[in-house]
Amino acid sequence: MSVPGDWFLTLAAVLFTVGALGLLVRRNVLVMLMCVELMLNAANLTLVTFSRMLNDIGGQVLVFFVLVVAAAEVVVGLGLVVAIFRRKANATADDLHILKG
Amino acid sequence: MGLLTPVLPATVGVVDGIVFVVGAALVLGGAFGVVLARNPVHAALMLVTTLFGVAVLFIEEGANFLAAVQVIVYAGAIVVLFLFVIMFLGVDRLENLAEEPLPVQRPLAVVLAVLGLGGLVALGVEGHWAVGAHTVVAPVVGRSGGDVAALGRAIFTTYLFPFEITAALLVIAVVGAVVLSRRPGAGRALPPGRGEAPAELAPESDARLDAELDIDMEEAPR
Repeated sequence: MSVPGDWFLTLAAVLFTVGALGLLVRRNVLVMLMCVELMLNAANLTLVTFSRMLNDIGGQVLVFFVLVVAAAEVVVGLGLVVAIFRRKANATADDLHILKG
Repeated sequence: MGLLTPVLPATVGVVDGIVFVVGAALVLGGAFGVVLARNPVHAALMLVTTLFGVAVLFIEEGANFLAAVQVIVYAGAIVVLFLFVIMFLGVDRLENLAEEPLPVQRPLAVVLAVLGLGGLVALGVEGHWAVGAHTVVAPVVGRSGGDVAALGRAIFTTYLFPFEITAALLVIAVVGAVVLSRRPGAGRALPPGRGEAPAELAPESDARLDAELDIDMEEAPR
């Protein structure tokens, strides 16, 4: 018999929390993007677990789309980081107050 | 709840339990590594550990195709993109984590994270983790071809329109990345050899270039 789904869901909740904690604590923009990836993976794990618990392939299809969106998000996010670093030598999240009104 | 029992319940096989524990250790160790690493390169490598652990857990749950895609796309492409940008920008130096500009930020972040985790787990326990209709789109198990065939059938029939939209999304992302990373004023005609300098840095880099030229000229006669 396989591992019950609530174990996976609890693990995914912990992984999401760690990712959110990193996003709140870290100041390096690149590491913050990695923490977003952690949170996306926690959501993926949840979707696959629901897919197994309810015996429905829809959850796995949704994970497929999340992968595509994550790839697009990383491409645009890193493009923004490169554009910011071109103007400032050392850009942490605290230095990015250009958009402040 | 099964998680609260100190030993494995009788319904969980030994191999499944071991695979889950190993996968969970990889996932959590990598996640804490990402958050705590001082060097961005180490954080990226820890991210690979987490992504691999998630792939192991996908296999444990019978999502074989997604596990392969997870390793290829996430660990293969996305992390390489992260590492490429880290090394391209030369930001692979150590970060001083003891420095804390906002005094209450970290305690507040920990409190918020613990509250969020407690809320999520309480919601799961209260809602019996998964409720709803079973097998709405298509079953995962029980049909020929396994999860790969089921996933393919669902994507190319039920979810064909969202699948086409993802193609448009990827094209938009590529165009956006090209536009973002284009140098301002790159379309203008630049003198040969000076086209590499970004417009706003041009005077400084010209001065540096001239200084280097001076050094070269001084050293040349010796």
